[in-house]
Amino acid sequence: MVKRILLALVTLWLLSMLVFAGGRMLPGNVGRAMLGPFADQAAVDVLNREMGTDRPVLVQYGEWISGFVTGDLGNSYAYRAPVAPFLGTALANSAKLSLVAFLMVVPLGIFGGVVAALNRGRAADRIISVTGLSATVVPEFVSGIVLILVFGVWLRWFPISATWPDGAGILTQIYYLILPSIPLVLILFGYIARMARAGMIEALDAEYTRTAILKGLPFPQVIWRHVLRNALLPTISVIATQTVYLIGGLVVIEILFHYQGIGSLIYTAANKKDFPMLQAGVMAVGALFAFATLIADLLYARLNPRIRFGGSE
Amino acid sequence: MSDADRMPVAGDATEPMSAGWRRDLRRLFGSGAFVVGASVVLFWVGCAIFGRSLVPYDPFADDLMNSLMPPSGAHWFGTDQLGRDVFSRVIVGARDILTVAPLATLLSTILGTALGLTMGYFGGLIDEVLSRLVDAVLALPTVIVALLALTAVGTSTVTVLLVIAFTFAPIIARTVRAAVLSERNLDYVAAAELRRDSRLYILFVEILPNVIPPILVESTVRLGYAIFTVATLSFIGFGIQPPSPDWGLSISSNYGLIGGGFWWTVLFDSGAIASLVIGINLMADGIESALND
Repeated sequence: MVKRILLALVTLWLLSMLVFAGGRMLPGNVGRAMLGPFADQAAVDVLNREMGTDRPVLVQYGEWISGFVTGDLGNSYAYRAPVAPFLGTALANSAKLSLVAFLMVVPLGIFGGVVAALNRGRAADRIISVTGLSATVVPEFVSGIVLILVFGVWLRWFPISATWPDGAGILTQIYYLILPSIPLVLILFGYIARMARAGMIEALDAEYTRTAILKGLPFPQVIWRHVLRNALLPTISVIATQTVYLIGGLVVIEILFHYQGIGSLIYTAANKKDFPMLQAGVMAVGALFAFATLIADLLYARLNPRIRFGGSE
Repeated sequence: MSDADRMPVAGDATEPMSAGWRRDLRRLFGSGAFVVGASVVLFWVGCAIFGRSLVPYDPFADDLMNSLMPPSGAHWFGTDQLGRDVFSRVIVGARDILTVAPLATLLSTILGTALGLTMGYFGGLIDEVLSRLVDAVLALPTVIVALLALTAVGTSTVTVLLVIAFTFAPIIARTVRAAVLSERNLDYVAAAELRRDSRLYILFVEILPNVIPPILVESTVRLGYAIFTVATLSFIGFGIQPPSPDWGLSISSNYGLIGGGFWWTVLFDSGAIASLVIGINLMADGIESALND
């Protein structure tokens, strides 16, 4: 357990160096990058001094990372204000969008996987597998455009922007988030269904399932009590690790549907060369992923009596 | 995750290599999914190579008198804001993405294979350190790594290519590593070590040929995702740059209009991207089942 947490921290530390290097070492001169090639050299120098970007890179990294662990994420170049509040709002908005997507895709994916496994080798299995696999590789903006056209412009069932009017209730918010979350559902459905199918098939073929059937338990009860419990273990870890791919998709979805989340925050920061905002956003994504992976491992251990962290390690 | 659960396959040792390949090929072309996927991909490759000389209009020529015309006999897919023929642009639009994505995939396959062979064969500290680095890279979605890199060094096709190569290489490395681990303790490797063959020889001449099948499957899957990524980056303005008729780029410059009902400026490009990635994915699926059964 302690080893798992330490490994996650090492990964985050390596990530912080990659992110910092990406954000600050490559352009050479932050002030120049922000003001453009035609700006006065004196203005560039002043800006660099103001932002502290004229000091040695290692000093800057030390300051950035120590601020980061104490919760000081630095000041945005573009807004001349602390990064943290922007990041907080964006994360909360993205969490809402992801939550709606997860609430749709998890039951759907598991159901698809279970149906495919129970019809192994038959047409239903093949259709679910191929559809899931194909939906997974179509970029979110492509399915998003088609959804906007069909359900937003032609049928007018849903708004084409995800930003709800001020003071909207929870149901209105969910209503605004349904269309944007469908591309994410399409991306994740295939993965979840595939893992659920594989887990189901393994559990269906297991000795304990044979025993349960042979001792005369009704088939639905065998599925419910013996097969599903064991089958869903690997699926849980997939769902947790998929969050990172979900976040990648958020960039595009949030741009397409005009939604203020972590994806559009990173995108806007990249466009404005707002490195502190960009780095904080990217680190938040990395930390989320490390956290999600850790939770997945813990859940897996909690649900599977054969794995115990700590005891034997 | 899609990569971890893919089991490595070793060549069947009892039959000669060529017979095995013939059997795999027969199986491949007997698979409906593969044939459909390959036909679609072949169609777009044809468009990428010969499209320019086949299309009815110059895909770059403005015709402002005829902007935003709906599909008709003269313009099958209508015209865009600048009056350019959408049909010609969709056909020629295959070119840039089908140059960048396969090159990036090739580069990531070479890098990832070298990395995976090293990690799997040497193990120990080298493996541990490289694995942690791989984890760090994989903790971020490719699109976000690309945003970071493209902001730092500026937007260019070469940067897009390198970002995809470097973010996909660890994924291929992980697959290769798993495959090498299952080969590593087999007798032929021990024999080569006893003969005191050089390590490079053992890695690339003895082990590599036996781990080709999982590499082949993984890089076909990666090609699909490379196209996914290039299209996405072009859509958000960090990929292929104007005036290319690239699909993602066209959608990006026209999607603001769909509220007005100008569906033809985005729908055909969307269909093109979807058909290409699904086609490649069907091919990957076909290759995988032909090699695994």
